[in-house]
Amino acid sequence: MITLENIVMRFGGLAAVDDVSFAIGKGIITGLIGPNGAGKTTLFNIIAGRLFPTSGRVLLEGDDITRLPPHERSHKGLARTFQIPHEFGALTVLENLMVAGDTSRGENAFNAVLRRGLFLREERAVYERARDTLDFLELSHVKSEKAGNLSGGQKKLLELGRSLMREPRLILLDEIGAGINRTLLGKIAEKIKRLNEERGFTFCLIEHDLDYVSKLCSDVIVMAQGKVLTRGTIDEVRHDERVIEAYFGGGKYEVGT
Amino acid sequence: MDPVGLLFFLVGFLIMAGIYAILCLALNVQWGYGGLFNAGIAGFFAVGAYTSALLTAAPAPTHLGGFELPVLVGIIAAAVTAGLTGWAVAKICIRLKSDYLAMASIGIAEILRMVIVNEDWLTNGSLGITNIPRPFDGLLQGREADILFLAFVWVIVAIVYLVCNRLYDSPWGRTLRAVRDNEDAARAVGKDVDSFRLQTFVIGAALMGVAGALSAHYFRFLSPEATEPLLITFLVWVMLMAGGSGNNKGAIIGALSVWAIWSLTEIVTNRLPAEFATRSSYIRMLLIGLLLQFVLQKYRSGLLPERSPGIAFDKDKDKTHG
Repeated sequence: MITLENIVMRFGGLAAVDDVSFAIGKGIITGLIGPNGAGKTTLFNIIAGRLFPTSGRVLLEGDDITRLPPHERSHKGLARTFQIPHEFGALTVLENLMVAGDTSRGENAFNAVLRRGLFLREERAVYERARDTLDFLELSHVKSEKAGNLSGGQKKLLELGRSLMREPRLILLDEIGAGINRTLLGKIAEKIKRLNEERGFTFCLIEHDLDYVSKLCSDVIVMAQGKVLTRGTIDEVRHDERVIEAYFGGGKYEVGT
Repeated sequence: MDPVGLLFFLVGFLIMAGIYAILCLALNVQWGYGGLFNAGIAGFFAVGAYTSALLTAAPAPTHLGGFELPVLVGIIAAAVTAGLTGWAVAKICIRLKSDYLAMASIGIAEILRMVIVNEDWLTNGSLGITNIPRPFDGLLQGREADILFLAFVWVIVAIVYLVCNRLYDSPWGRTLRAVRDNEDAARAVGKDVDSFRLQTFVIGAALMGVAGALSAHYFRFLSPEATEPLLITFLVWVMLMAGGSGNNKGAIIGALSVWAIWSLTEIVTNRLPAEFATRSSYIRMLLIGLLLQFVLQKYRSGLLPERSPGIAFDKDKDKTHG
């Protein structure tokens, strides 16, 4: 699905990402874990196009997208959520989802003023999809609420919904579980699992909570200090000495239990 | 004041209020929808005013032209030149974050003012342009002609309002508000943020040009004083804040109410002793500032706050979805 080739990202003298290469498989949920400062979010931003790497290549199903701006990557089927919710605060929940839909005719200012009939059908289709997505995420009861008024957890669900509206090939989830309660966390995990199993969505997620990762991810990549440390199933990496050392700086601790 | 005098005071008041309403609607497109901090309204206003004035005025040796073209042509040309100026400004500045855009736009408006004051061959400098016609000139004489012009101004206000409403209630407007609320998220859902901002800036600037043209035709005379930033940029911002940014009706109501206060304070300050009368415009500015404080403390988002336009077919769907 997505392939990284020798990605290096330098900020001044610091190499936040230092020669990272890996590929993410289609139809599976890949977890990207590692201690703070490992370079996970930087790597996410490189995949999503918010940062351009100092060197190396990003390939999406063989296409080189290394220098493509974020909105063009989005059109190629890449979607993402943000660590801190990035809702459109003054828009309603329904509008937040609809705005993510493809409404290229209605987004033409000329059509908006003079040829409104031209985008009715497109708008209707996007509306139906938004309603279905709201139903799926159990957000229909707040659809007319301004998104800025939602709770932290609801905003995370909304972010997920917004990326689903793109009908993406790959969804990047940046700590979707951070700062929300256990119950909601479980609910979000269930939605992600269903999306993956029933609809074949591919996910790549950054997470700190290893329990959460173990529930979702069949493939786990561990990063530390800008490099890939190891890769495998959650049980394999959990017992890997190097991973334990990276998280705890040595000593005999069991990670995450 | 006699009734006829009062009537014409009202006519003059409503003409200016209409011109301000257009400026407010234009700023609402830029700031209310798009979150673009344009502090150079007076610059686009001036470009529009001078374009239309030069194209429609009688020929004069003191400035370029005039070309005696129909007023409507002048107004359309005003929209085009102001829009093009907006495009050029946006090309340079649109990536600046809001407060930097404000500084850059103030600067550019000042440059335009300096050009207008100093390029005598083009604008006749501070002496200004005279003999600017009005539409339907000759149809009515004297003060009655003001009533005709009032109707003309408000027809244009109505058209601008309709255009702005359609822009707002469309995927275009929705996308723009999303860009305003969070540009990174807007990019992540595939929106070309820079392109949307550019469009917004150009549309707003063009409408400001139309307002400038109307004011030149109203006064039949245009000098650099008519494009004073205090009276254009600052007052329009107060109007939009008071009326409700993000709301087109609010923009018009803000223009009407603040202009009403501004005009009424003129009556009061004219009766002040001479030593204060010369400073009256600053006293009025102070009053307007106080008013803005009051409105922002009492009604955070203006008299008519932003409202989502709603989805036309959302109602019927509620029943089936339960």
